[in-house]
Amino acid sequence: MAYEFDWSSIPGALPILWDGMAVSLEITLIAIVVGIVWGTLLAMMRLSSIKPLSLFAAGYVNLFRAVPLVMVLLWFFLIVPRFIADLFGLPPNTDLRLASAMIGFALFESAYYSEIIRAGIQSVPKGQMAACQALGMTYGQAMRLVILPQAFRNMVPLLLTQAIILFQDTSLVYVSALADFFGSAYKVGDRDGRLVEMLLFAGLVYFILCFAASMLVKHLQKKYQPA
Amino acid sequence: MIQISHVSKNYGTFDVLKDCSTTVSKGEVIVVCGPSGSGKSTLIKCVNGLEPFQSGEIIVNGTSVGDPKTNLSKLRAHVGMVFQNFELFPHMSITQNLAIAQVKVLGRKQDEAVDKGLKLLDRVGLKAHAHKFPGQLSGGQQQRVAIARALAMDPICMLFDEPTSALDPEMVNEVLDVMTELAQEGMTMMCVTHEMGFAKRVANRVIFMDHGRIVEDDSKEAFFANPRSERAQQFLAKILHH
Repeated sequence: MAYEFDWSSIPGALPILWDGMAVSLEITLIAIVVGIVWGTLLAMMRLSSIKPLSLFAAGYVNLFRAVPLVMVLLWFFLIVPRFIADLFGLPPNTDLRLASAMIGFALFESAYYSEIIRAGIQSVPKGQMAACQALGMTYGQAMRLVILPQAFRNMVPLLLTQAIILFQDTSLVYVSALADFFGSAYKVGDRDGRLVEMLLFAGLVYFILCFAASMLVKHLQKKYQPA
Repeated sequence: MIQISHVSKNYGTFDVLKDCSTTVSKGEVIVVCGPSGSGKSTLIKCVNGLEPFQSGEIIVNGTSVGDPKTNLSKLRAHVGMVFQNFELFPHMSITQNLAIAQVKVLGRKQDEAVDKGLKLLDRVGLKAHAHKFPGQLSGGQQQRVAIARALAMDPICMLFDEPTSALDPEMVNEVLDVMTELAQEGMTMMCVTHEMGFAKRVANRVIFMDHGRIVEDDSKEAFFANPRSERAQQFLAKILHH
């Protein structure tokens, strides 16, 4: 006998799923912001002529890029809550899963962002830095006023694409039993005995959001392509 | 103004500059020429510390460039430089290009800096283009903006690194005209260029380099009338009479 689909449990689950989506988006947003800021610093360290800095950044990036994200999330899930609880003197049963997931994501994604940003910085002609220096700007001023603005403009499509990947990757926080969108869908489906429908529905939502976002990126790319 | 004494530079075993010495006095216009790879661009970039050198000394207006204690940014703020590829900032309007270093480096007020920039833009004949972006200008126009940008810093001297080499032939003269005018106003200038017409017109002295050495350093009259070295004779024979 063929499987009989029953979608009736979905409407009732929407509020829970919506809360889950809020968690997913929150993690994505924090990871993007921290990832870009910390990733920029890492990229500048990596390109710096100061050996210890560039070695540190290279080590960091290579470490995080050579380890599966799920594992990083589990480490952070197991270690960070205790660390934070100790640091701030919080009671041991405080729920820090969201915080540790955010930290894990942010640190992991920084490694990927830093590689994109490094390529972006290197895409700016060397003469631009020379021109800044010849005008008397310091290295910091040159980076801030001239090099990074151009680098980021070249990188926008790649940064957005990485953000879409990041959003999909947030589903991995289910390992810490955190109720993100995917986790919520799984829980509700399991509860109602309608796991297949729920996961198909969740998949469709991910697809629509990510496909729409990547169309938007393509559109922006066309619109702002340097003539 | 600029004293270069016994400057040498190498990349590993390859000598880029070998024991180069010369001086540029206030108001003098020096043209540096020579075949490609002779080290002329490197020499001029050593003057404002864009290229480090291993030995010798360069003194610009009383400040030693190679001294690690020297604040290079401070020195460079008053040494104008014009590059082969213009190096205007493509994400800023022409006005912003002219004003930014005045504001951020010299601490001038924004409107004061814009005023000064626009005056200089007018001087290089491009006032109508103030609101445009570098990508909308021709190469010759961009280079004139780059000269105005350098002048906006009130430089004590100007360095030109092959300012017309990347230009279409028909745009060379508009840039050389601006440079000639500058020279006639008494600006101290050191120009790496192949434009021998410019050298003949405005240079006080010509420096000829080959394989990292200064082979000739003579008044332009002496250089063009009878270059002493065989290499310079060959060079002149090849690039003149065309």
